[in-house]
Amino acid sequence: MTETKGEYPLRDSETDALLTHSGRPLSDISADAIAAGDITGDDLRTHADTLRRQAAIAREAGYPQLAANFSRAAELTDVPNDELLKIYEMLRPERASYDELTRLADYLEATYGAKENAAFIKDAAATYRERNLLRR
Amino acid sequence: MERSKRFDLLAKRDINKETYVEPWPEAGLIVADSPYDPQPSLTIEDGTVVEMDGVVRRDFDALDIFIASQALDLETAEAAMALPSEDYARMLADINAPREDIARLIAGCSPAKLTDIIRHMNVLEMMMGLAKMRIRRRPANQAHVTNWREHPALLAADAAEAALRGFAEVETTVRVARFAPFNALAILVGTQTGRGGVLTQCSVEEALGLRLAMKGLTSYAETLSVYGTEKTFVDGDDTPWSKAFLASAYASRGVKIRFTSGTGSEALMGRAEGKSMLYLEARCLLVVKGAGSQGVQNGSISCIALPEALPGGVRAVLAENLLASMLGLEVAAGNDALASHSSIRKTAKLMLQFIPGADFIFSGYSAIPKRDNLFGGGNFDAEDFDDYNVLQRDMQIDGGVRPITEAEALSIRRKGARAIQAVYRELGLPDITDDEIDAAAVAHGSDDMPARDIVPDLEAADAFMAGDDDFTTVIRALNKSGFSDVADNILEMGRQRVAADYLQPSAIFDADFKVQSAINDANDYTGPGSGYRPSGERWREMQAIPQAKSPEGFVDPHVAEPLSRLAEIGPAAVGSGREVILALGPAFGSALGKTIGGLEHEDVLEAILTGVASEGMIARIIRVYHSSDCAAIGYVGARLSGSGIGIGLQSRGTAVIHQKDLAPLNNLELFPQSPSLTLATYEDIGRNAARYAMGIATVPVAVEIDNGARLRLIVKTALLHRRETDEVCPERPPQELRFDWEPEF
Repeated sequence: MTETKGEYPLRDSETDALLTHSGRPLSDISADAIAAGDITGDDLRTHADTLRRQAAIAREAGYPQLAANFSRAAELTDVPNDELLKIYEMLRPERASYDELTRLADYLEATYGAKENAAFIKDAAATYRERNLLRR
Repeated sequence: MERSKRFDLLAKRDINKETYVEPWPEAGLIVADSPYDPQPSLTIEDGTVVEMDGVVRRDFDALDIFIASQALDLETAEAAMALPSEDYARMLADINAPREDIARLIAGCSPAKLTDIIRHMNVLEMMMGLAKMRIRRRPANQAHVTNWREHPALLAADAAEAALRGFAEVETTVRVARFAPFNALAILVGTQTGRGGVLTQCSVEEALGLRLAMKGLTSYAETLSVYGTEKTFVDGDDTPWSKAFLASAYASRGVKIRFTSGTGSEALMGRAEGKSMLYLEARCLLVVKGAGSQGVQNGSISCIALPEALPGGVRAVLAENLLASMLGLEVAAGNDALASHSSIRKTAKLMLQFIPGADFIFSGYSAIPKRDNLFGGGNFDAEDFDDYNVLQRDMQIDGGVRPITEAEALSIRRKGARAIQAVYRELGLPDITDDEIDAAAVAHGSDDMPARDIVPDLEAADAFMAGDDDFTTVIRALNKSGFSDVADNILEMGRQRVAADYLQPSAIFDADFKVQSAINDANDYTGPGSGYRPSGERWREMQAIPQAKSPEGFVDPHVAEPLSRLAEIGPAAVGSGREVILALGPAFGSALGKTIGGLEHEDVLEAILTGVASEGMIARIIRVYHSSDCAAIGYVGARLSGSGIGIGLQSRGTAVIHQKDLAPLNNLELFPQSPSLTLATYEDIGRNAARYAMGIATVPVAVEIDNGARLRLIVKTALLHRRETDEVCPERPPQELRFDWEPEF
């Protein structure tokens, strides 16, 4: 295991290396660039790699569930806002059938490589079936 | 029935406006240790939990399934469950047991095991536990900023003031849901005016909350509510999986989240299944942990009045804070919703989190008037700011805020309101007028604000929500209007969102906009001398309440030129015959010129002499140099007096009538409450002294009793006495004085 704690906070240790979600270096982000309309809020989001590094930091500091959340979050960085909201809605009680949930899981894995989310959603589908939380 | 006047008065006290109820376990009206709570147990086969807390796998509900698969550390579970609960309790209270060791074992404990540990602990031990198990070293505080008018200028002004006061997070909410984007915007601009790095959120429905975060209008969310039974969870229209997914969705956008739970919600929703509030909370907390939340808002939150209606309720609320800390969760510890009518009770309850410290001592200190609080009334409000600052100063405990001056508040409020005005103008939103700015700068609450036309505001809010404008638009608008410092702070929040450091456990930004979390500021409390304790600049800041005065300020108004009418004529001799001696303290009429009550010394002398003369008696005046003590001054006077009667008079006005045959510390009449003494009283003192000297039966002088005087004036009393003591000359005998005065008859 690598020593990750020394890297934290990444804002200070990795200012030059950190990328925004759109792949620009963090050092590109300036008031002038924003004034020029060169940067939108959608650029100014975290990159999947950054979340994976935060996951490693959390895991090493003894927060494995938080690390798992960051790993799932990393997979979701490329999922558009509207889709995220729809997935959340499908996971609420009695919204979706078992097949719809497993198809959703497969879709996420195929489209975004979201393996961990897919497994998590399949886990949910199985429980929903067992506990009668699927759409009736 | 006869009515006791005392019981009648007690019935009207604030504490008796509360509701108290006897426990009813079947309805979940029991804070801990319900007879229906399960005994702790855990069986693992082939790396899977097959039984937990007396329930076998096939009978697991969704929460059991989630906890068993996501929350428990099965590697340590066997050892963790085998360790007796009492041993955990002792470790939690033991400064020699390190936090990390306890946390490692706790990770393998079932909900019933967690609850069983608490059974062995009293509140003092739990406070020790919280001081150690809190994950961030330095405690912080969160503010609630709302107003019933949902006025953007007032929201921005109050948010700016809250930020300046030191709150690390500011939460707002809505009365009308459609206002959500504008309230979030006002709080964002306001806080970043007050101090860069304050985290903000707008408490609304989950999906709307996520959309606000996606627009960069909020930087954290804590509305992810969880419940301790499957039915309540589903009534809340979520499952542990949907909530966990929401947590990941927020994290994917670089937004900090914390879940919300708290005792009493299940009973309130009628689905407690006979379980105690604390057991159900332990289940909630394991769901929170399993979902990968970095923290939780718990401490009963909006249900607080329910546990407080039951015996042990306040203890149970501390217990739930402690359980969350034990599980490695950031704790925003409640103290938010109105919990009591009684100031005594609400302050006593606060101490359980304030003294040990929590990641956030309040999950919403109401930084606004109670009437403006849209979260259901604050337990502590803007009206209590000074009280809270004094509590910090009294106990040298960092409660996460700092005192500010009126001038600082006015200035930052105006700037916050101007900044949101500029954003509204740049974005073409309904104008905020200069009159509204002026009102917001000085306002205490909505009642001080002009009404706005709500309809166009709501239409603009809908359009803003539907459009592409986000926080980069806001940054641009602020830069164009000359608020580049505010724009820079919001831009830095954007950069921090990219770095995602503040998603780690218990993260806040410090005064230098540096992230502080359980990763780089982990709690290291291991007993006396360790852990966080305010010192240096922070302790100086906490002490410097604007109300504190320099000691010189107390004495200066009493310093005067020596009285020209009062001349020293030589050593005082023992008198003979009919006389009263008026013995003055060493500074009377010389270094000092007024009593503590503001009476001129020469007027006091005239009053006493008038009183003596009114009985046809003569008074001789002496000054005592060897002591500043009232009894000693009076006693010397009595010993030198031909009649054996002397009046002792200190510069601050304290007086005594003494008699030479009494013990030095005894007296005929003592007047210790000098602030209450008037010139009429002093005249009465002179008259009574004369009557004692003549051997006439005398009624003691009636004095008004003011038990608040000592409280108000003790500092001045001490400092005036010290000034008098400065004039003491131990070797110098009493001197006779001549006072240029004739009685007016």
